[in-house]
Amino acid sequence: MTDLVIPVALPLAAAAVSAMLGRFPAARRVIGVGTLLATTAAAVDLLLSVSDGSVVVGHVGGWPWPLGITLVADPLAAIMVVVSSLMLLVVLVYAIGSPKTRDETGFFHPVYLILAAGVSLSFLTGDLFNLFVAFEVTLTASYVLITFGGDRLQVRHGVTYIVISLVASVLFLTAIALVYASTGTVNMADLSGKLGEVTPALRSGLGLLFLVVFGIKAAIFPLFFWLPDSYPVAPSPVTAIFAGLLTKIGVYAIIRSHTLLFSHGQPSRLLLVVAALTMLIGVLGAVAQDDVKRILSFHIVSQIGYMIFGLALFTLAGLAAAVFYIVHHIIVKTTLFLVAGLMEERAGTGALRRLSGLMHTAPVLAVLFLLPALSLAGVPPFSGFVAKLALIQAGFDAGAQVTVGVSLLVSALTLFSMTKIWAGAFWGDPMESDTIEPRRMPPLMVGATACLVVASLAFVAAAAPLYELGEVAARGLIDPSVYVTAVRGG
Amino acid sequence: MSWYSPILDVAANVVLRTGIVFALYLLYAGHNAPGGGFIAGLVAGACLVLDHIALRSREGRGSLHRVTPRPLLGWGLAIAVGVGVAGWAWGGGFFDQAVVSVTLPVLGTMKLTSALGFDIGVFAVVVGLVAALLDSLGSAWDEDLR
Repeated sequence: MTDLVIPVALPLAAAAVSAMLGRFPAARRVIGVGTLLATTAAAVDLLLSVSDGSVVVGHVGGWPWPLGITLVADPLAAIMVVVSSLMLLVVLVYAIGSPKTRDETGFFHPVYLILAAGVSLSFLTGDLFNLFVAFEVTLTASYVLITFGGDRLQVRHGVTYIVISLVASVLFLTAIALVYASTGTVNMADLSGKLGEVTPALRSGLGLLFLVVFGIKAAIFPLFFWLPDSYPVAPSPVTAIFAGLLTKIGVYAIIRSHTLLFSHGQPSRLLLVVAALTMLIGVLGAVAQDDVKRILSFHIVSQIGYMIFGLALFTLAGLAAAVFYIVHHIIVKTTLFLVAGLMEERAGTGALRRLSGLMHTAPVLAVLFLLPALSLAGVPPFSGFVAKLALIQAGFDAGAQVTVGVSLLVSALTLFSMTKIWAGAFWGDPMESDTIEPRRMPPLMVGATACLVVASLAFVAAAAPLYELGEVAARGLIDPSVYVTAVRGG
Repeated sequence: MSWYSPILDVAANVVLRTGIVFALYLLYAGHNAPGGGFIAGLVAGACLVLDHIALRSREGRGSLHRVTPRPLLGWGLAIAVGVGVAGWAWGGGFFDQAVVSVTLPVLGTMKLTSALGFDIGVFAVVVGLVAALLDSLGSAWDEDLR
């Protein structure tokens, strides 16, 4: 129970203290880093206790199931909390070093910690309404962060993001109301059984509604259009954490709701088509872009398709590959955005036509970019290759040859657009220093980025045990009876 | 300031006071009836937005209605989480409730629960958030008005 509550309550409490310590920037930094260290420790402890496939349940306030708020950690949720806590920690260190998030108003640290609490709660909650609350906590924090610094462009693109999120929230609340009206409960374990009793038409209608809601958050085709507009304008650390975590909350919610509530053991043709289109449209968008952050933003969309692909197959191998892919993607994508931030810091711009020859002037940066970029494209022996191989095998076994073909094509195009960044920014003659003044990169930012690159390499080295963990999580998803019994009996 | 609306100015004054009282009522009613800290905070926040617009239309900004967001956010969060942790400290679970009945002169017998404390915290957080929003988005808005 303690391990379940800490990742949610501790960041909130720390945010309160941090907000009151307005005049002590050093203290706020210590509180932020210390809190996320503690959160990570609790999350790892939680993962260790569920790594055999068991489920930890806690009822907040002692209210009996299914009335009260239930916190549940199955292997998938625990994996997500561990990875997200780690990312939040590393990116906070990066943000402390970054001049863009130098915290003059005293808002950054408290809001960042609130975001951390919201992210953890999204993964750990056991009922739909509380999931809505978690989304709102995360979103409210993200509204502040995306406009942090508040230049005109940020506010304008931030408004797009806010409006889209509000529409999604209203839709989400409506969907929850419909579920409650038709079944009388919002507890997911309870719903798992009760949704089986409603008419199939109603069930698929509700399922579609939830897919749209979570699909907006996850930026799947055709609901992704807001993402490449709003993410690139935020400060680099903020974009990095949004790219790594926020869309994955949507993917997590799709996986959770699909496996627990709506699938009833069937693979989904709709999801398969959505997955293929998401992959393809996303990468085509990326190929057409000319700015590092925008290319990377379109890639988020494309990569979401791979995760949905794994879910759509609805086989053990497919789900395990999807879980593995999500973890790989969170690490690699966050790293790439951190590198993009460093490039902007170094050269003053992220526009490819104004960048050139960074390989000669900043070789460390070139290495930091190359490793995760190759990994994202799925070149062996990096983590992206392992993840994609697992997915493709699962796809072949399930007989989804067309989508497998699309995913291979998309991988090639991903590699192409990564080459574009490489050729545009790193190759060629060094920039003339009179047009763009080269600046020093803060060591804290470089250090944090390097840590993540090392983490993604370690991820490959430990691929076998991690894949097994993914399989444990997938087993819990395919057969949710352990989850349901644990919540009932807990 | 290039525009002044006397109707808005007078109406805002009336609506503001009524709105705050209504918000406080919602805050108190929230335990067993529709309402609660979040809703009350939103109502009070809407009042703040109205006040912001009305003040900007008037010559010379009154400093009476200024709300500073950060301490509100901080204390609100501290109270809300504190109530949760208090349940723990008393040997119960996280967010365990305590209920006290008191008799007050005008209002009669009231049931005070620790959930009310939580609601007050949430109320402060929401009002603080709206104030923070006005601070950051409102500043660009003022420039546009000028």
